[in-house]
Amino acid sequence: MTNSNLTNTVAGPVIQPVIQTRGLTRTFTARKQTVEAVRGLDLEIAQGELVAFLGPNGAGKSTTLRMLTTLLPPTSGSASVAGFDVATQSRQVRQSIGYVGQGNAAGHQQHGRDELVSQARAHGLSRMEARARAEELIADFDLAACADRKVSTLSGGQRRRMDIAIGLVHRPRVLFLDEPSTGLDPQNRANLQTQIQRLHAETGSTIVLTTHYLEEADALAGRVIVVDHGQVIADDTAYNLKSSLGDLITLGFYDQATAAAAAHRVRRSAPEAQIKTLGDEVTIRVAGGRELAPALVADLAVAGDRVHRMEVAGPTLDDVFLNLTGRSLREDNDTATDTALASTDETLEEIAA
Amino acid sequence: MSTTFAADTWNVMTRELKPIKHEPASILFAMVQPLVFLALFAPLLPKLESGSALQWFVPGIIAMTCLMGASFTGANLMEEMNTGSHERLLVSPLSRPALLVGRALKEVVPMLAQTAIILVVVTPFSFDLHVGGVLVALGILAVFSIGVGALSFALALASEGQDWMFWTIQQTLLFPVLLLAGIMLPIDGAPGWLQVASDLNPLTYVVEAGRELFAGQYDLSTIASGLAGAAVVAALGLVVGVRTMQKSR
Ligand SMILES: Nc1ncnc2c1ncn2[C@@H]1O[C@H](COP(=O)(O)OP(=O)(O)OP(=O)(O)O)[C@@H](O)[C@H]1O
Ligand SMILES: [Mg+2]
Repeated sequence: MTNSNLTNTVAGPVIQPVIQTRGLTRTFTARKQTVEAVRGLDLEIAQGELVAFLGPNGAGKSTTLRMLTTLLPPTSGSASVAGFDVATQSRQVRQSIGYVGQGNAAGHQQHGRDELVSQARAHGLSRMEARARAEELIADFDLAACADRKVSTLSGGQRRRMDIAIGLVHRPRVLFLDEPSTGLDPQNRANLQTQIQRLHAETGSTIVLTTHYLEEADALAGRVIVVDHGQVIADDTAYNLKSSLGDLITLGFYDQATAAAAAHRVRRSAPEAQIKTLGDEVTIRVAGGRELAPALVADLAVAGDRVHRMEVAGPTLDDVFLNLTGRSLREDNDTATDTALASTDETLEEIAA
Repeated sequence: MSTTFAADTWNVMTRELKPIKHEPASILFAMVQPLVFLALFAPLLPKLESGSALQWFVPGIIAMTCLMGASFTGANLMEEMNTGSHERLLVSPLSRPALLVGRALKEVVPMLAQTAIILVVVTPFSFDLHVGGVLVALGILAVFSIGVGALSFALALASEGQDWMFWTIQQTLLFPVLLLAGIMLPIDGAPGWLQVASDLNPLTYVVEAGRELFAGQYDLSTIASGLAGAAVVAALGLVVGVRTMQKSR
């Protein structure tokens, strides 16, 4: 701490974060109802970081990105991107960033290739460079078959790939991606991750993306910022977020009595686990669940509690949420169903623990 | 790697023209109504002593095609606002005025193509083609189209994705402007208030100049007032348009 302060005073300019927000706030008023989409966000993101905003629908992810990309003026607070203020130096900000919004970057009446070239030209590439870069991205995103067709005739996933390609045209220093993987099949999702990692490795750009998927945040980002109701509720590595949660083992039995007996036995052998029973099913949340599961099944078989079916799942966004806020994502929309599903009284105690 | 205003405007304009290049037939859409009017109205026109009725009617119909085509173009922008590409352009370094001016300038191209088609259709009938006059008239109409296009884009921006608002205002304004300019019927015998309204309509002067020029008459004051009418619309369109664009950040 003291050391770095000293270095700064001696070695001249302080290294500014690429993205910095101070009390960034945005409210919307619609039909006399005020929605606080983003509330007092304080963030610092350094050059070269790959950050994922993780949060449920309506958490304020897009609103934050729209403020950082100069599309929306903040209601209060301030933000700077690449050293420029988003409110007063929007032109300079726009020259420094790339943005892939939640909508389609390519006009529906246009051909994708034309849009790539036009975007490259807007960023100052020569006609030749623009064409070459378009060709490169068409290959990278496997778009050769659909680049010369009207965008409205493409499938959702093809269109999404085109959106992302357009956002990468100028190899931006700072790149914002709003739910880039929405609508992509698993293969293209993996390819997208490769492309993002490649851009990151080749150019050292700072990348901020939003997602609903913890696995995606985990696969891509060094840092995960969990947002809810316009506020940051966690800011950590995906690994730390996950390891504090553990895996979820679901065991199915032939009847309720066996399930109850099995739950009892597991509780004794793994006292640190969170265990719930619901009908003929037992769910066990425990660190290192994947490694533990085979032994658990074998142990239960010895005791005569035969496991009928099994599933082991890594933690999801929902689990992160439950852990951080004590409420399930689904509660937002449907409290009644969720309470009905929450099986026994031990459920709530365990969440609190 | 900064670009100039001219380069930005050119980029936006050529981008807007790409769909027409890929589907040239789309130009015919805005022409359906004028061609129907030509087919149904022209036979009804009275025989004039001063020359063919078609000679009087055609310049008005061409002005109408311009007005309709240009006033519809905000709908393209509205689609782009809904699907997301407008947002992408807003985040690009393209300057706000270039986004509007480029779009407005593009209006000239379909305007020229449509006029050419109409002239090809009517010339075999009792219509005398005076190429010089037509070219001057087209210059005036081009300026007028740019203005109307810019106003239509401003309206789309102001409607902010509420399509019904755009269409209501566009339709409400379109027909009074057409009728008051004396495109279908001469305004000469109209009551005083209508005459005043017609005198206040810039399109009136554009159409008057167009009729003279298409007939091969070059009366400087008529041409000048036609050009002035078009210039007023263009200036208004660009000022209002660029303002709205800058407000939308
Ligand atoms: N233009 C707007 N007018 C009114 N309310 C808005 C507007 N834009 C966003 N909101 C509200 O602000 C809140 C945050 O929205 P935002 O789009 O930032 O969420 P998000 O985290 O991106 O969600 P999603 O995962 O669904 O994309 C929501 O309650 C939304 O309804
Ligand atoms: Mg969003």
